Amino acid sequence: MFHLNNMLYTISANMEGWELFVNSLLPMISGAIKYTIPLTLISFVLGLLVALLTAMMRLSKSALIQAPAVIYVSAIRGTPLLVQLFIIFYGLPSLGLTIDPFPSAIIAFTLNVGAYASEIIRASILSISKGQWEAAFTIGMTKTTALKRIILPQAARVSVPPLSNSFISLVKDTSLASLILVAELFRKAQEIAARTYDFLLLYIEAALIYWVICFILSLAQTALEKRFDRYVAK
Amino acid sequence: MFLSINGLAKSFGTNEVLKNIDVEVEKGEVLSIIGPSGSGKTTLLRCINALEHPDKGIFTFQDGFNLNFDNKISKQEILRLRRKSGMVFQSYNLFPHKTAFENVIEGPLIVQKRKKAEVKQLAENLLEKVGLKDKMNLYPYQLSGGQQQRVGIARALAMEPELMLFDEPTSALDPELIGEVLTVIRDLAKEDWTMVFVTHEIQFAGEVSDKVLFMDGGYIVEQGSPEEVLKSPKEKRTQQFLQRILNPS
Repeated sequence: MFHLNNMLYTISANMEGWELFVNSLLPMISGAIKYTIPLTLISFVLGLLVALLTAMMRLSKSALIQAPAVIYVSAIRGTPLLVQLFIIFYGLPSLGLTIDPFPSAIIAFTLNVGAYASEIIRASILSISKGQWEAAFTIGMTKTTALKRIILPQAARVSVPPLSNSFISLVKDTSLASLILVAELFRKAQEIAARTYDFLLLYIEAALIYWVICFILSLAQTALEKRFDRYVAK
Repeated sequence: MFLSINGLAKSFGTNEVLKNIDVEVEKGEVLSIIGPSGSGKTTLLRCINALEHPDKGIFTFQDGFNLNFDNKISKQEILRLRRKSGMVFQSYNLFPHKTAFENVIEGPLIVQKRKKAEVKQLAENLLEKVGLKDKMNLYPYQLSGGQQQRVGIARALAMEPELMLFDEPTSALDPELIGEVLTVIRDLAKEDWTMVFVTHEIQFAGEVSDKVLFMDGGYIVEQGSPEEVLKSPKEKRTQQFLQRILNPS
């Protein structure tokens, strides 16, 4: 951390063009590796767990179980992510609850992914034919076993494209964490730009790094789809 | 008596599909249910393993297990009822993400928690019995309809159920593939499996059944030996139905 901060200061105000681009690359990539990527991965995994739980609650027959899930999804989808981030980081301290920037961002993004992905998971589960549940029941499975062994593995295949969308959106949404002081990729770009005034170059550089990350992710999506397609007629 | 069902009733909304019917299944017996579509025969079959939850009815099994659907039935009781029977579906319903072999081992391995080596042997034997040992590592989409249905039969047999239920097992098949499935079912009938069989294959029903049951409009109109019901039916509705089926033009 100390070492990299020092490196930031080796970028002087009169650098420009290619030299500035090259010298900014390392601090930005380090911001991506230390914050952008972990923030994305942790929030996405936790978000999926929240989403699965929420989807199951929404698929429940009991209105009492459905209600909290419906309200949660509606509240998260109906309010801006930036406002949610600000409530958690700047708002909660007035209730005596102060959370550091990074965990604040994790909480906000997890809740966000949880709400959006729950709808994807719910739709994927509903897309699996009733006959699959029935076949599972006739070999003596309980609902939970049928879900785990028969329904979710098939629903997972259906949900890869829409969940990949959510994942890629999340990578880019983490740039909002710069506004609650998380030293991620875009905040690094802002810090350098604040000293060199070369906004266009540095923000395009940040954009390129996001693009590379997202491009790699879409390759991973294609590989995952291929793997899931092994049991589907071409 | 392996199973007696008394006063079975089931409605979907205002549509009464089963109207207070009684059914008895003997141990080792092959019981065929025939009748026009909408007569309630598939619903009757699906009530036997509670895929459709009966509105009313008392189930009494030979081993003393009984269920009265006038009362609230627990999940455990439903599970116990389901584990008595295996089912073969009209549309096969194989698990598409599992190979033929994996479809067959799923029940014994995951539900019955039997040993892997033992289950592997069992699955190989069953797939051999239905003539698909060489196809055991293929996914359902790589198999023909007849082959898929034979895997479906092996999957149901793998649970070693006391009762086998067949829901129009050949109705979704191309005509040239029906024979291979009927051959497998004919072999099971010879092996003293207790089977309930909903079918449109009247001739086949006559050949393998010990008892034939004709349903219409939610009632059992007539039942008896295949000779009685199929050759010399007493009821007018049975006569008309058989006439239509056997001379379609």
